[in-house]
Amino acid sequence: MRIDGKGLVDRTKPVRFRFDGKDYAGYKGDTLASALLANDVRLVGRSFKYHRPRGVLTAGSEEPNALVEVLGPKNQTPNVRATVQEVFEGLDCRSQNRLGSLRFDLLAVNDYLAPFLSAGFYYKTFMWPRAFWEKLYEPIIRRAAGLGSLSGKHDEGAYEKAFAFCDVLVIGSGPAGLMAALTAGRAGADVILAEESHALGGRLLSDGGTIGGQTAADWLAATQAELTAMPNVRIMTRTSITGAYDHGTYGALERVGLHKPARPNLPRECFWRIVAPHAVLAAGALERPIAFPDNDRPGVMMASAVRSYLNRYGVSPGKRVTLFANSDAARATARDLMAAGVPVAAIIDPRPDAFSVEDCPVHAGADVIGTRGRLGLSAITIRKGSETFEVETDCLAMSGGWNPTIHLTCHMNGRPRWDEDLAAFVPMVGAVPGLVAVGAANGSMSTHGALASGHAAAQAMVQALGRKVIVDLPEAEDMPYRPKALWTVDAPGRAWLDFANDVTTKDVKQAAQEGYSSVEHMKRYTTQGMAPDQGKSSNVAALAVLADATGRGIAETGVTTFRPPYVPVSIAAMGAGGRAEGFAPQRFLTSDQASRDRHAPMIEAGLWYRPSYFPKPGETTWREACDREVAMVRQSVGVTDVSTLGKIDIQGPDAGRFLDFLYTNTFSTLPVGRVRYGLMLREDGLVLDDGTSARLGENHYLMTTTTAAAGLVMRHMDFVHQAFCADWQVRFVSVTEAWAQFAVAGPKARALVNSFVEETVDLPFMGVAPVRIGGVEGRLFRISFSGEEGYELAVPTRYGEALFRDLLARAETLGGGPYGMEALNVLRIEKGFITHSEIHGRVSAHDIGMEKMVSAKKDCIGKAAALRPGLWGPEREQLVGLKAKAAISAGAHLFQPGAELHRETDQGYVTSICWSPTLDAWLGLGFLKDGRARIGELVRLVDHLRGLDVICEVCHPVFHDPEGEKLRA
Amino acid sequence: MRLTCPLCGDRDRREFYYYGAEDYLHRPAPEAEPAAWDSYLHLRDNPAGVVKDLWYHEAGCTQWLLVTRNTVTHEIFGVQLVAERKA
Repeated sequence: MRIDGKGLVDRTKPVRFRFDGKDYAGYKGDTLASALLANDVRLVGRSFKYHRPRGVLTAGSEEPNALVEVLGPKNQTPNVRATVQEVFEGLDCRSQNRLGSLRFDLLAVNDYLAPFLSAGFYYKTFMWPRAFWEKLYEPIIRRAAGLGSLSGKHDEGAYEKAFAFCDVLVIGSGPAGLMAALTAGRAGADVILAEESHALGGRLLSDGGTIGGQTAADWLAATQAELTAMPNVRIMTRTSITGAYDHGTYGALERVGLHKPARPNLPRECFWRIVAPHAVLAAGALERPIAFPDNDRPGVMMASAVRSYLNRYGVSPGKRVTLFANSDAARATARDLMAAGVPVAAIIDPRPDAFSVEDCPVHAGADVIGTRGRLGLSAITIRKGSETFEVETDCLAMSGGWNPTIHLTCHMNGRPRWDEDLAAFVPMVGAVPGLVAVGAANGSMSTHGALASGHAAAQAMVQALGRKVIVDLPEAEDMPYRPKALWTVDAPGRAWLDFANDVTTKDVKQAAQEGYSSVEHMKRYTTQGMAPDQGKSSNVAALAVLADATGRGIAETGVTTFRPPYVPVSIAAMGAGGRAEGFAPQRFLTSDQASRDRHAPMIEAGLWYRPSYFPKPGETTWREACDREVAMVRQSVGVTDVSTLGKIDIQGPDAGRFLDFLYTNTFSTLPVGRVRYGLMLREDGLVLDDGTSARLGENHYLMTTTTAAAGLVMRHMDFVHQAFCADWQVRFVSVTEAWAQFAVAGPKARALVNSFVEETVDLPFMGVAPVRIGGVEGRLFRISFSGEEGYELAVPTRYGEALFRDLLARAETLGGGPYGMEALNVLRIEKGFITHSEIHGRVSAHDIGMEKMVSAKKDCIGKAAALRPGLWGPEREQLVGLKAKAAISAGAHLFQPGAELHRETDQGYVTSICWSPTLDAWLGLGFLKDGRARIGELVRLVDHLRGLDVICEVCHPVFHDPEGEKLRA
Repeated sequence: MRLTCPLCGDRDRREFYYYGAEDYLHRPAPEAEPAAWDSYLHLRDNPAGVVKDLWYHEAGCTQWLLVTRNTVTHEIFGVQLVAERKA
């Protein structure tokens, strides 16, 4: 119920929202949890295994229970914590993990089966009969598994990712974080203050008090105003720091638009990578529950959460509240409630010597040993000495002490230290370089302790940054915190540790009995800590129970490993921008639009998009277009864009020497104006890449690489140069993007080229010359990848599109036209030219018949290894051509006709295939054991995947014009 | 993870390509024994502790870098250019 005069929500701004189809009202500043509690909605979900009714337990991101599905116009988000989700006009959400309605969940039958469903039940139950697994068990488990559900559709919401840099990252904006930010901010350091909630203040918003003689609220307002006014301080609210990574890198999730109605271009979330040499962890502490029988009913809540709902949201979660706590500090909950006019029915304090100043019944030395209420708490049973009695209550506030929020300090392998006085784990100092834990996160539980440690940590960081600042430390309460550990109440019944995953004290004890006594084994056996909350409220209590069951101390038992992320991070946020076209960069040719204008389907070649074929009216299949384009090149002239090939400009007096070292063959002897085919090996002797290099001047070469290996070759060249010959006078740079280059091939290629160039050049085969085309300086190469007389015309990229369109227009007057990747592939297979289908990283120069290209006169990369036994000889699979009358496939394997088909009889495989309109046959390139000696033999080609079984003739790989007369024409 | 490139400064690891141990820098003479080439190409230690390895600032200055770091603590002790390395 809402309490007049309390809370920080904006009462002038009512907000309507829906939960499970019913309309409710809240206020701006409410979370879904506070708004539901204001409407007396206590039942908000069902537990994972037993489908027990669940209510709100906490008021923060650690919430295990109150998980809902938020329904958006374009998305459905499961497992949203009602304690984090802010209400806004039109928010629509529903409860999850139920079969039927929330009040009558059919799967609640599991609760009656609890004796059969204890820890490890699925390891024991679903083992037999084996045949039941696929048909029965797995479908049932899949139906029951998980909490929320997905829509099954793409999330069309917008997400962002971003980088940020600062000197000091302050994590959390309670008194410790604010003091640290103020100190670093006043010193002029570049500060990011990250706060998980929508408002700064942390526990100050819930607990009040005085700071420096002002109310906490006034000090907070003044501090916030000062920080906001500082240009060197960035305040990031609604931002959770999710992980600590190497070298001062932190992950952060910002809820950018989740608290507003969706609108186009408003990101839902932003995933930040924040880089900071210094970080202050001021994340506070998490209050821990007490495990007593039936402690999981809606209405049983954390005492600090009850204070938050009352003081921050103006809501009392109950009309008649009780408090079960083992510390003096938790008494504030009862005092604040009574001051607000909410009756407190009883305070139960397990400490026998507990004080009693409150104006309500206080039971010292007593425990809560049971609760009643089917869908929500109606009464508790108290045990005091030998006496037990019931007290009616609809809200029990509990507190078993506090656990410092140490998670980030463990993300880089740091193990926390058990502090006996605090009865809690505290961070290991220096576990994350640059990160210092302060305040409650470091075990300083008083407001003074928070302010002082935040101040001190920031002072040290400011000094390390070479800055100076004097900031007065304001006075504040400094109450000692010496809790008596209270993990469980010894009484019959099921006492919950992990509310989300339904793990009770009995499960943990059973795990220990059955041999799972290591904390990591217990976790996996019971699933404790494996729910969306990652056991934030149950980890320490569970291992305390385990320590007790195994007779070891808590320090010795240790904790499970805390890993990032601290809060759930949607994959959509981490992968923001990476869907569909955003998945990888796209590279477009200058001819791209011209090709699309001709309706060419584009195919991806690495990051490039290249035309597959150019359909003509009446052509219904790609093969028709491809066959026509192949015939066109063989009979007249074809034009295709080859700009995707890597182009590397190499200059310097040692350029030739450098190429000699890179390539197996010699380039220093290449005359100016000539082009040579080169073969490049990896240092292990296998083929890296091939391509042509042209000598443009005495000290000037232009290398081309394959499209696929352009980046690889550049990296390789940088390595060879910098590692082995950095003192040579040679420099090189990629000019791939600087030049548009078009292949012109066919018997009429020369005529087409000469119609362009201002002065006719008579280039020999493998020649290069500068040309002028329409006033533009270009280059003309006489090289061929088709087997026909071929030229490549290169112009600066900005002229590419114009040249391409003009080339096509003129080619068409000669009976030619454009050809695409499909025809290009057929042409090169007919000619036996290899691509990375053949030089796929496992073949040697010998395998492709180029062993003679490895010069005996000089060293080169890969030469020593290429000469190793095993990389050459008849036992190797060698490149051959294959010819067949029926369709064949790349990927098929080769066998002796009549041989059995298995791995031992495998003779080789096929790498490329095509239908050859020129030879009227199916052609393939492949690798066959001792292939060169077997030309003319028949082999059996088998493809089990595609169901092919074809007899092929083994041929020389060059099918078309083996003498090369057309090339040199 | 971050690396301080001697030319570009402190950069995110996404700008770098990882190659392998610094052994790749110690190329045997062409006529060296097969064992030397085998060791150079294939045999690597995998220490828990300080290593020197090769990174390429592919999305930066395209320099190859020799990084000295600890594989256990992830601490980085130094980054130098391969081209200007001291033996």
